[in-house]
Parts: sequence; structure tokens; C-alpha cells
Amino acid sequence: MTLSREKATNIRKVAREVRLDVVRMVHAAACGHPGGPLGMADFMTTLFLEHLNLTAENRLDDDRDRFVLGNGHTCAGYYALLAQKGLISKDTLLSFRKMGSPLQGHPNRNLDLGIDFSTGSLGTGLSVAQGMALGARLNGWDSRVYCTSSDGESQEGQIWEAATSAAHWGLGNLTVMVDFNNIQIDGPMREVMNVRDLEAKYKAFGWHAVTVDGHDVVAVDQALCAAKEVAEQPSAIIAVTTIGKGVSYMEDTSDWHGCAPNDEQLAQALEELSAPVS
Amino acid sequence: MHQLAPLSDGADKFIATRAAYGKALLELGNQHQDVIVLDADLSGSTKTAVFRKAHPDRFFNCGVAESNMMGTAAGLACSGRTVFASSFAMFATGKAWEPIRQTICVPSMNVKICASHAGLTVGEDGKSHQMLEDITLMRVLPNMKVIVPADSVETAEAVRLAYETPGPVYVRLSRASTPVIFGDDYRLELGRGSLLREGSDVCIAACGVELAEALIAADILASRNIEARVVNLACIDPIDVDLIVDSAERCGAILTAEEHQIRGGFGDAVAQAVVRHHPVPMDLVGMDDSFGQSGPAPDLIRHYGLDGASLADRAENLIKRKKR
Ligand SMILES: Cc1ncc(C[n+]2csc(CCOP(=O)(O)OP(=O)(O)O)c2C)c(N)n1
Ligand SMILES: [Mg+2]
Repeated sequence: MTLSREKATNIRKVAREVRLDVVRMVHAAACGHPGGPLGMADFMTTLFLEHLNLTAENRLDDDRDRFVLGNGHTCAGYYALLAQKGLISKDTLLSFRKMGSPLQGHPNRNLDLGIDFSTGSLGTGLSVAQGMALGARLNGWDSRVYCTSSDGESQEGQIWEAATSAAHWGLGNLTVMVDFNNIQIDGPMREVMNVRDLEAKYKAFGWHAVTVDGHDVVAVDQALCAAKEVAEQPSAIIAVTTIGKGVSYMEDTSDWHGCAPNDEQLAQALEELSAPVS
Repeated sequence: MHQLAPLSDGADKFIATRAAYGKALLELGNQHQDVIVLDADLSGSTKTAVFRKAHPDRFFNCGVAESNMMGTAAGLACSGRTVFASSFAMFATGKAWEPIRQTICVPSMNVKICASHAGLTVGEDGKSHQMLEDITLMRVLPNMKVIVPADSVETAEAVRLAYETPGPVYVRLSRASTPVIFGDDYRLELGRGSLLREGSDVCIAACGVELAEALIAADILASRNIEARVVNLACIDPIDVDLIVDSAERCGAILTAEEHQIRGGFGDAVAQAVVRHHPVPMDLVGMDDSFGQSGPAPDLIRHYGLDGASLADRAENLIKRKKR
């Protein structure tokens, strides 16, 4: 079933809120990574609102869904979504990256806030997500495990070790969403170290894999629905995105991978992101 | 016997050691055609981009793949090249430790691992990026030399020394700007420390960003009528046993300071020399079995008791344990 019009509009509205929070949080911290989470906001919001079975009430239940942010540097958007789901207070969001905050510069496992696992070192997330999926299956839990990754992270060898074993073990309850924006720190991914066709690679490793427009919430929703129907293979959704989406000067450049806007740049970002949602 | 090292007169100059690394690497590359540089998608941060711009034909970006980078470095060294491989200390030494051991240290290849963003002073990126175990991981490896420069002058010397020393060398660099301590005629020698301040009540031995804190501590102690000797032991492996024994004899107590876990790290290296050659009371300042957290670098240094004032207090307490 395709996503209803109302739901799609709501996802876009929440994604806009997430983007506004991301630029505010990174500005307040005066450092951090705005580009990635702006690009991921549409597919992450689709996942968090329509698919990920995690709420303030069930956050400690065995059979809830699990989420691992493999590209941990993009955590501002993750925290903003946990706030949307009522797991983190809005005030806490502005403590991002400050001394004593539970919202560390890279995620720090904190089940009370819904943060299922610590990440930050690229290449580690998918293995952990796979272990969670295996554990859920062993325990008979009806949980799905979702993990994000990125084009840059796909250069890490450990990703392909996990890709091999997750298919070998037939982990149908595991889905990875790859933020494919052709950007990494040192420049365009295809120039730095081309990872080529990730859909074809995951398929060759034995996965169910599709490529979607990561800003098309209907297409993302469909891909997530389809992944649930695949029982004996893990699923990879390659989400093609524009880094910095929604803030003109942050789009499609590595300059805003890890850089905070100043007051003036924040004002412009907030203005651009406040445009009405269709 | 031990001369005081020439100190900088421009005490208010601040330069990050990673910036000094980028500059020194460029100069080395200009002089020596055998120099090859590898990075893992962090060339802007580690400052190898300076070399990349001047010598694109001798620079290879390996992408986010540190283990692959270290193996590649070992292979390049087989063709007679001197290879410098850089990333953040966390990933260069943590992610890639086993390739470093098997393919760089076991066959003793001519690879220089120069890693930036070591320690707490990484700041807001938090514990996943604050490498506090790299000195341990590198000094435990046979054939590996370990250098932790304290400022920009010593970093340039460390790069020269790494190039001139055959085999694997690890150089630990920092993200934050730190005071320039040494004068331009300072020279770093393998296995030699240096004396920065003379005193006989207690010796503070330090390396890296903690050397500046040790000098601050010595000033604070002087105001309390305590004369602290300050020694710099940038070269941790091989370490200057003579200078450590001399300090133990003269001061009767040694405090070490490092931006690193005290278990297995710098203080541990000093303690081994002290225990084996001239036992005296010691205390070790550093991270005591904990990870860091997000926050501004100076706040973190204070929070974990690595600042000059904390060092002074620890030194004063240590003096009470001296044998009379
Ligand atoms: C193992 C490891 N190596 C290096 C880094 C530093 N790092 C953080 S993000 C990044 C680039 C990753 O590319 P991607 O996720 O595609 O970046 P984005 O699209 O968000 O800009 C690097 C090299 C890291 N966090 N972990
Ligand atoms: Mg990317």
C-alpha cells in the first residue's frame, strides 16, 4: 500500500522540523555535522514515523525495533527525531556536544533516551546491527533492526564483512539504509575513492537491494515496506540524497560536512527551511 | 651533564602540532623524492592536504579505509619509498592496529604513522574520537619508535627524525593550538629527552600537550617555594633512561603527565625505567581508566585533572612521600 497523502505531508513537515533543529543544534554547539542529517532527514523521518517501532513507552521492551546510526557523525538529526518521538526533551537538544550532555558529539548508548548503540567509528554499525538482528532471532523477538550507513562508510572493509555474514545467516529482520550523497570529507566520493554501484554490490553479496530517491518519502516508504516482505535476506536501501538539503549554501558540498553556521548563516538557513511544505 | 633546552621567546605564539606537521611534510617532500603520503579521507584535518596540493603524484587518498591504508603503506615501502600515513589517532592506530603489527612492525617496514587528533583535546567529537590508548598500542610493538612532540618546533624535528630513522615510527599530533615552547635551534634526538627547568624537590616528566601544563605547574610550585625540575620526554620509545635516572637521583620523586590513559602509556614507560634502574616515589597524571566526553578542550583538560594547577597539587602531595 502506498503512503496516504496526509501521512506523506506529515512526514515532510516533521522532516522540516528536524532540519530546523539540526541547524539550531549545530549553531548552538558552534561545531558538529549539519550536512549529513539535512540530507538524510526525509528518509530518516519516514523510517522513524512509519516503520521504526520505538516509543517512549516501549523503549525498554525486548521486542521493540532497534536502530543503529552507522554514520554516527550525523547524530544531530537522529537526536531531533528522538525528540519528535518524545524520547528526548526539546531543551536537551540544545545541550548537544556540551560538557555533561547525554547528546554526545557521536551517539553514546543510552536506552532511556532511545539511543540503542554507540557509534562514531565508521564501519562498526552494520556489524552491531547484524548482531542485534541475530540476537532478536535467537530470542524469538519480533524486532526489526534498522541501521544507517553512507557512501563514505562503504569504503570500510568491515561493512563488507558484515554484508557477507548477514546474508549468510539470512537475516531478514535487518535493513540498512545507505545515505548516498557522493560527498565525504575530502571531497566528492567518486573522486576520493569511488565505491561504485552499491545496489549491485549488496545484491552480489546476497542481499535484497534497491536504490531510491532519498528525498521521495513515498518511494522510501515503499522500499521499507518491501524490505519487511523479504524473509530470508537482509535488505539494503540505497537512498540517493543531496547533502545539506534545504539550505542552499550547504547543498552538494563537503564544506558543510562538519562545520557550524555563524549567526548570519543560521538566519538564512532558518529562513530557507521555513518555506511551506507541499 | 644535561643542558637546558633552548626555549622560545615568543611565549604567546600558538600553533597546532598537526599544522606544523603539514608544513614539515611539505618541506620534506620538496627535498626528498622518495617521500609518499597516504591519508584516509582526513587530509584537511591531518594537514597532509598541504603535501597533496604540492605533490599530487606522490599522494594517495585511501578513502575511509585505515586498515587498507596501512597495508598499502607497507607494500609501498617494499619499493624503496618512505611512506607517511596519516589519519586521526583513533583510527590510524585503533582500527588498523593489527595491520600495523603484522605488515609494518613485524617486517620492520619504513612507514611513518603520523596521526592527529590524539587525546582529549579533540574536544566536542567526544569519546569515540578522543584517542587515549595510542601510546600504549604503539609502544608495545617491537620495532616501533614513538614520538609525542610538545609543540610546532618539536613536531618539525619529529618529522625530520622520523624520515632519518629507518623502520616504523609513530608520531602523535594534536588538533588544538598549543603554545610554542621551544626555540628555533632546538634539536630532537632519538632516545634523548630534554631539560626545560631545573629544580630538585620533584621532577615533572611530560610529553605532548602536557609539557606546557608541566611548565605552568612548575611556576605554581615555585610560588609555594617548591622547585620542580621539568623534563620533556617526547621520545617515548626508545626512552631516555639516563635522564630519568638522573632526575630520580636529583629530585627523589617523579610525577608524569600525559593526555592519555596512565595504564600502559607514557607514565608507565617512565615507571619501568624508574623501577628497573632507580626506584623513587612516583605518581602518574593522565586518564585513570576512563573515557572522555564531548566538551571544549580546555574544560576537558581541567575536568580530568590534567591542567597545571592539578599537576602542581599532585606534585606537592608526591613530595610528602619522599624518603627523608
Ligand atoms: C573509522 C573512521 N575513520 C574516519 C572517520 C572520520 N570521518 C567522519 S565522517 C567521514 C566521512 C564519511 O563519509 P560520509 O559518511 O559519506 O560523509 P557525509 O556524506 O556525511 O559527508 C570521516 C572520514 C571516522 N569517523 N571513522
Ligand atoms: Mg556521503
